[in-house]
Amino acid sequence: MKVVYLDNNATTAIAPEVFEAMTPYLTAQYANPSSQYSFAHSVREAVETSRESIATSLKIKSSELIFTGSGTESANLAIKGVAYAYRSRGNHIITSEIEHPCVLESCKALEKEGFEVTYLPVNKEGEISIEALKSAITDKTILISIMFANNEIGAIQPIKKIGDIAREHKILFHVDAVQSVGKMPVFPKELNVDLLGFAAHKFYGPKGIGGLYIRNGVRLEKYISGGHQERNRRPGTESAANVVGMAKALELCINTMVEEGEKERELRDYLETELTKRIPECFINAKNSNRIPGTSSITFKYVEGESILLSLDMYGICVSSGSACSAGDLAASHVILGIGVPIEEAQGTIRFGVGKYNTREDIDKVIEVMPKAIEKLRMMSPLYNVK
Amino acid sequence: MYSEKVIDHFQNPRNVGIIENPDGYGKIGNPSCGDIMEIYLRINGSHIIEDAKFRTFGCASAIATSSIATELIKGKDIHEALKVTNKVVIESLDGLPPKKVHCSIMAEEAIQAAILDYATKNSIKVNVETCHSHTCGGCCSK
Ligand SMILES: Cc1ncc(COP(=O)(O)O)c(C=O)c1O
Repeated sequence: MKVVYLDNNATTAIAPEVFEAMTPYLTAQYANPSSQYSFAHSVREAVETSRESIATSLKIKSSELIFTGSGTESANLAIKGVAYAYRSRGNHIITSEIEHPCVLESCKALEKEGFEVTYLPVNKEGEISIEALKSAITDKTILISIMFANNEIGAIQPIKKIGDIAREHKILFHVDAVQSVGKMPVFPKELNVDLLGFAAHKFYGPKGIGGLYIRNGVRLEKYISGGHQERNRRPGTESAANVVGMAKALELCINTMVEEGEKERELRDYLETELTKRIPECFINAKNSNRIPGTSSITFKYVEGESILLSLDMYGICVSSGSACSAGDLAASHVILGIGVPIEEAQGTIRFGVGKYNTREDIDKVIEVMPKAIEKLRMMSPLYNVK
Repeated sequence: MYSEKVIDHFQNPRNVGIIENPDGYGKIGNPSCGDIMEIYLRINGSHIIEDAKFRTFGCASAIATSSIATELIKGKDIHEALKVTNKVVIESLDGLPPKKVHCSIMAEEAIQAAILDYATKNSIKVNVETCHSHTCGGCCSK
């Protein structure tokens, strides 16, 4: 059965060009980039050329970019690193309710250590309120951490406005841009962003590598002990293959960003138009917000997400559901609840992530299969017939 | 993550639907905890379950456990049917992932609730400890 992969927000396929660029560093050029002999020089050079290339794409200096092991690690390092380094200045952090767990859990961990965190709510389009942000700021606030685009609903936050406010109050601003880098122009300096994290596997690069922009002058306390790699901020031998792969992947995305965005938006809109036409009582989340082009979150009333997901899986269609459905867990996604969807409806939410390798045939397959799948589950649901 | 049996019962659920004027009816769970299970029973004068139907809102394993539960109790006398515990349900499905064990408990409780409803209406004494275990996180009793 042909796999119809529509979960590109979870991860993406590695681009063939990326794989090709990485191969020499997985084979012949295996030296440790920090070694002194000539055999290692080409590996160091590959790492630094890649750093330069990524930095240019983000319009930052290469000295402001370090490599990490994932988007999760970038967020942990940024948030905890700033919190520990600036503890003497204050203990207050502002974030939003719909952040990725790597941000939320970093904040929760800091709360246990005496930090105070404000979790800003969002409106039904998934956007924070600038007024609420302003009034949350205190003289103890050291960090604002707000995501660029949300991984479940695609909503893009007003990053420039937030950056201006942060700068005006001399508060550091971290942005989780894992769902944005590679998909839209991201220039941290123009947005007054001080720290910004991303991950290669979301834009057709390898898994196991992330990047973190740290504006020159920002102090960061490293929490992994070890050697002096990555400007003494992230010890551990760099994976040259992954670094080269990330740079190549970003280069490819930057070159085709506008056309790709258009194509994905078209496929996404086609999917949404046809599904909402064919399936009664479903709605698109954060529909009127400025969304990243490939992301679509749709809530189907009277049915539960995992059973929708598995019904589609039977046809080789890969999507994701925000719901957890396990004993003791809240079964619904904090993002979908955060935008005000009632809990009993929130559980029937499916996320589609359209990517560059998707075709119209992929979408046609979903349009063909999904109305039947939803109807079958609804016929089983006591909530449906009650109406 | 799921056994073939679970997938089979999820894809081809047995006994979906309702029974008009059932002799026994049980409903467990609520929408905010993510599962609702309803069981309808047709029971004859010798207390034999002649027909069982279900409707479930929930994940794949909630649907599969309801389906197998109705199969297991059909044709049984109500006292025998009460021996269909969550363990029996799990074994009949060739296992459930640990996180989904609560679904089998809901199935057991739905059977109990439906039989208890019948027993109460017909003044029959049955041995039921309702919602005995609460490994469902207490969610089912909300
Ligand atoms: C918005 C966002 N932040 C952070 C992450 C974590 O990235 P990684 O999986 O590379 O750790 C993800 C990926 O799921 C994400 O979508």
